Amino acid sequence: MSGDVIRGRVWTFGDNINTDLMLPGDVHMGTEAEQARAVFAANRPGWVDEMRQGDFIVGGRNYGTGSSRPAARSLRNIGIACLIADSINSLFFRNCVNFGLLALECPGVSAAFEEGEIAEVSLVDFTVRNTARGTILKAQAVPENLLALMRGGGIYPVLEREGLIAPVKAKPVQAAPRH
Amino acid sequence: MGMTMTEKILARASGARKVSPGDIVVVEVATAVFIDNTFFPTYWHEILKLADPEKIVVVFDHRAPASDRASAAAHVVGREFVKRFGIKRFHDVGRDVGISHVVVADRAYALPGTVLVCADSHTCSGGAFNCAARGVGAPDMIYAATTGKAWFRVGETMRYDFTGRLAGGVTTKDVFLHIANVFGDHANQNVEFGGPGLTRLSINARRTIATMGAEISADFAIFEADDLLLDYVRGRNPAPFEPQYPDADAAYKDRRTIALGSIEPLVALPDAVLNNSVPVGKVAGEKIDQAFIGSCANGTLDDLAIAARILNGRRVADGVRLIVTPGSQEVYREAVRAGYVQILVDAGAVVTNATCGACGGGHLGVLGPGETCITASTRNFKGRMGDPSARIYMGSPATVAASAIAGVITHPGEFTTEALV
Repeated sequence: MSGDVIRGRVWTFGDNINTDLMLPGDVHMGTEAEQARAVFAANRPGWVDEMRQGDFIVGGRNYGTGSSRPAARSLRNIGIACLIADSINSLFFRNCVNFGLLALECPGVSAAFEEGEIAEVSLVDFTVRNTARGTILKAQAVPENLLALMRGGGIYPVLEREGLIAPVKAKPVQAAPRH
Repeated sequence: MGMTMTEKILARASGARKVSPGDIVVVEVATAVFIDNTFFPTYWHEILKLADPEKIVVVFDHRAPASDRASAAAHVVGREFVKRFGIKRFHDVGRDVGISHVVVADRAYALPGTVLVCADSHTCSGGAFNCAARGVGAPDMIYAATTGKAWFRVGETMRYDFTGRLAGGVTTKDVFLHIANVFGDHANQNVEFGGPGLTRLSINARRTIATMGAEISADFAIFEADDLLLDYVRGRNPAPFEPQYPDADAAYKDRRTIALGSIEPLVALPDAVLNNSVPVGKVAGEKIDQAFIGSCANGTLDDLAIAARILNGRRVADGVRLIVTPGSQEVYREAVRAGYVQILVDAGAVVTNATCGACGGGHLGVLGPGETCITASTRNFKGRMGDPSARIYMGSPATVAASAIAGVITHPGEFTTEALV
């Protein structure tokens, strides 16, 4: 499959990064565009303007703890190409699968990267390489069917094809403004 | 090697003889609870077929009654969904409304030994009923409703055994804060509760712990079934069920004993629940603007009773807003009958309708810039209840009631030393 090895610039975040930080309550009911603008507004204002499409997030333990809200969709919408964390909260992981955000659990990854370094991820052998240091870490393999959902736009296209839900009307999904 | 309660319920629901940590299982969902959030335009996908309308419950809770036009529109979509598929278990704004997890408890929809899902992280609340209940995403709900199934990655299980009984002025919220403070997150693990101390804990007291399971990032938070629980369920739901007990040789990640008598009132400091609590005395004297008692974790009748006991004949301090939000209209009615509401409003509390309300910063008690709140609810994340600059301390309903009277964070022992649970 093409794109089995992907590279991206790393933004580092700490342990227990919660969903309220990624998708604040005041835009919980807002549009996807409003939600995309508000990612990390409370803890890192202005970040959505600094990051670029294709960047990676590297997190610590228990990334995505908190609520059921679709914070993974916001990360996808602003253009995060891959989330790698020491561990990922299981509810958040479900939303990564279902909304089509590539997410890998990789113990030790938070200590292996400084912000701005480049990570190279292989989806064949599930390794994460720090291109500057040459260090290679082993991530947990994602089962094939879940990986296919993460890379194929999530669960909704599948449910549509099976005639279980109505086709999605084209919604204006506006990612954050770019430089 | 035997199985834990979680593993046994998942094995049964997936038709497997045995499941083990690391397995991905596809299970039959017995109950799928839809909340109003799922019907918001930004989350909803129109369902064309339902696997079984009898397995669906619909509850409007986060913004009920509708707090703005967006939530009003979501409620319209929800009512259309209910009508289209003839869903019987519908809890619209009115007599039977409440926070979904509280309604699930009131009606005993979470049957022992079964699987329940809902697009709210605190769904693990149903674990108090020996039910494999957990929060999922909105897409999982649509998948469960249309296919009747859900997938789970089986995690390792941490077993907690309770011994003894709680000291005066202490509640199970303090027990939870102790666990979260000492042991931190349980990401990708299940937690299970039992032990000889369980008989001393009411169903509502257990529900507080199960609900807060989300805050230690547990997948499932399941209690052992005892007679108190089985009688409770049978008295409210005629459906048959089969509770699941742990095998004697179940494999646990670890087994920990919590001596209930050793727990003291704790408060979580602002911005985080995990590894972030201190004894109340450490922050006593901190001035507060708002005090809140409510949510799926602390909106039970027991919680309102605790608040009423402490506030009886007393007044909320000048300059402090005490907001009390019963977990369901059923709880509200019981609290009126028991006289708790009279005591609370006489003391100066604002008692709101049953809803998620201030807990999620949605409505009915949103915090302003620079304000300080002490809350008996589910979480104290930065910005959770309103402005990101607000500081949110989290404690038991006893600690919150005591603090509301004093106007500063206060140990509940200042007002009561009686057993509260």
